[in-house]
Amino acid sequence: MLTVSGLHLWRGDRHVLRGVSFSAGPGQCVLLTGKNGAGKTTLLRAIAGLLDPEEGQVSWRDAPARRTRDAFHAELAYLGHEPPLKGDLSARENLKFSIGIRRAVTREEIDGALRRTGAEPFADRSVRMLSAGQRRRVALAGVLLSGAVLWLLDEPTTNLDADGQQLVATLIDEQIGRGGIVVAAVHHALPLASGNFVDLVLGEA
Amino acid sequence: MRSGAGAVARLVVERDLRLAFRKPSQLLQPLLFFMIVATLFPLTLTPELSRLRDAAPGVLWIGALLSSLLALEFLFRDDAQDGTLEQFALSGQSLTWMLFAKTCTHWLLSGLPLALTAPIAALALGVPADAIWSMVASLALGGFALSLLGAISAGLTLGARRGGVLLSLLTLPLSVPVLVFGADATQRAIAGAAIAPPMYMLGAIAVLGVTLAPLAAAAAVRIGLE
Repeated sequence: MLTVSGLHLWRGDRHVLRGVSFSAGPGQCVLLTGKNGAGKTTLLRAIAGLLDPEEGQVSWRDAPARRTRDAFHAELAYLGHEPPLKGDLSARENLKFSIGIRRAVTREEIDGALRRTGAEPFADRSVRMLSAGQRRRVALAGVLLSGAVLWLLDEPTTNLDADGQQLVATLIDEQIGRGGIVVAAVHHALPLASGNFVDLVLGEA
Repeated sequence: MRSGAGAVARLVVERDLRLAFRKPSQLLQPLLFFMIVATLFPLTLTPELSRLRDAAPGVLWIGALLSSLLALEFLFRDDAQDGTLEQFALSGQSLTWMLFAKTCTHWLLSGLPLALTAPIAALALGVPADAIWSMVASLALGGFALSLLGAISAGLTLGARRGGVLLSLLTLPLSVPVLVFGADATQRAIAGAAIAPPMYMLGAIAVLGVTLAPLAAAAAVRIGLE
């Protein structure tokens, strides 16, 4: 259970988040919408604990996420604007290291996740050579592999083709089907199959 | 199953070694810089070996310090830019421990190679052959302390645009003790005296660095990621 209560956050002299509150339980998806600069990314980063809110609190399993940081992070997967990949490593190597530091992962699991996100054909090419959409598919495989309960996705469909956008929707559906929680910032409507999502419009204070 | 501390450290070290060998220019740059600085002195100062020998400890250590500053820039910068450092911070594992592993790898890739190539520069500066190994040991130990101290400033300057100059300004005062005791150790080695006293001091600084620097670096990196 993720609870965000009364989050206020300033970036420089701009009051970006003005008392954002919501909660999401197992099997729920929260879709963040709002204009550019409405604070979607800021909210996601604040939930992840990368930004310190001036006021308000993020709670995970009824405890302040700040106090139980490592346990919270172990259950969280955050995918920002840029896929967090090393250009000089291949997709496989990237996942081996980035997932390996979280949990023990086998080659088969990595292959399975890459196949699932359609990244297998270019899994051994160095990431520098991949297109933005291909990189995003690799990063999505990483989110899938993390085994995290809570997914924080910042515009997960950026750079993806129609097929890829459907893939993101399916992955989110599966994640909430497993009882996971997804908070995603989106610009376009996602073709989600399940109806279990809430819209949260930011920037209307 | 969550990865244990040993597995995490091994993966971080393996990753950084692999990345370094795919981009060897980053490794060679600081080494070349050191060699050039050290070998320019005989050309400009004096060709007399006895006089060069007096200047050798200073030349070697200033060269090593400046070269370590060059290498420091690469410690966290690339990882911060491509977002992988952020993933370290969000992995649920101890960031302190991961940064310690990263810093040790950084020493393996910069401080240690520098200490191992220093004999060439030392011979050009007229350092007697029987002082070479003591000098290598002091540079290796001092380099380790420099990497640890530098990790703090590298973390602190993450958020700054053009952090390079700031990084040097922050690191230099911290590294003065290493410079003093390191140069003293080399001086004693050249004079044929016991190098143990300054080596103990270098060791003490390194131990202090091991215990405190990763903690400070982790705190600094978390701020820098904001």
